[in-house]
Amino acid sequence: MNLKTEEKNEILIIFVKEERLDAHNSNDLKGKMQELFEVGKKNILVDLTDVRFIDSSGLGALVSGFKNAISHQGSLKLSSLQPQVKSMFELTRLHRVFEIFGSTAEALENF
Amino acid sequence: MDKNEIEVDIKVPNQTRYLSLIGRIGEDIAKELDRFDGDRDLLAYHINLVLTEAMVNAIKHANANDPDKMVHVYINITDQDLLIRVFDDGQGFNINSIPPPDFDHLEDRGRGIFIIKQLMDTVRYEKINGGNMLEMTKCLRCCA
Repeated sequence: MNLKTEEKNEILIIFVKEERLDAHNSNDLKGKMQELFEVGKKNILVDLTDVRFIDSSGLGALVSGFKNAISHQGSLKLSSLQPQVKSMFELTRLHRVFEIFGSTAEALENF
Repeated sequence: MDKNEIEVDIKVPNQTRYLSLIGRIGEDIAKELDRFDGDRDLLAYHINLVLTEAMVNAIKHANANDPDKMVHVYINITDQDLLIRVFDDGQGFNINSIPPPDFDHLEDRGRGIFIIKQLMDTVRYEKINGGNMLEMTKCLRCCA
């Protein structure tokens, strides 16, 4: 899976450089978030600009990251969701769980 | 077969790398359905999604991740309905015993069948010819 990471003001940004976040690749994202929290990173932003399609496994990977953040006293937020990806969060009520921002910059101001 | 009927019958190995291929086929077909009165791009996205969820269900749960098995997908579109059948050779499960997600307790898993049920008009899962079939339909005209 193509993930690009960047650190800004102690916030680790993961850019998911894939069109699909699904059962085929979502374990890689889940593993990456787990690894970052385990090495002591506290704040992670997952940027989904390039993701056009997400399935229940992709949502599950993000939920796993969110729970991992809580157990490490950290936080996990999301930015730049395409409309149909956002609609999947709404369908599964996960928009009530995650803090979702319109852009990377907006998210970075809200940690 | 009616002149407007579309039929796709495809078998792929029981591996998640084929999810995008099957999802895209369903999405591309749905985008061309001028018989559908509603938002065609949205329908196409939903077809991609339900195909993906149904295949993951077959690959991981019914066929127990066995890469030597096959997943069989059948799509039939008439003037009225879009029908999808996903066949597996596994043990099967009772679709009615799967509870909807508990929105107050966050779980990593358990949203796939819920998503299918939310987006399609009918969903059933049953034993057939020694295996199982997940069948789902979407009304193209009758309930748009």
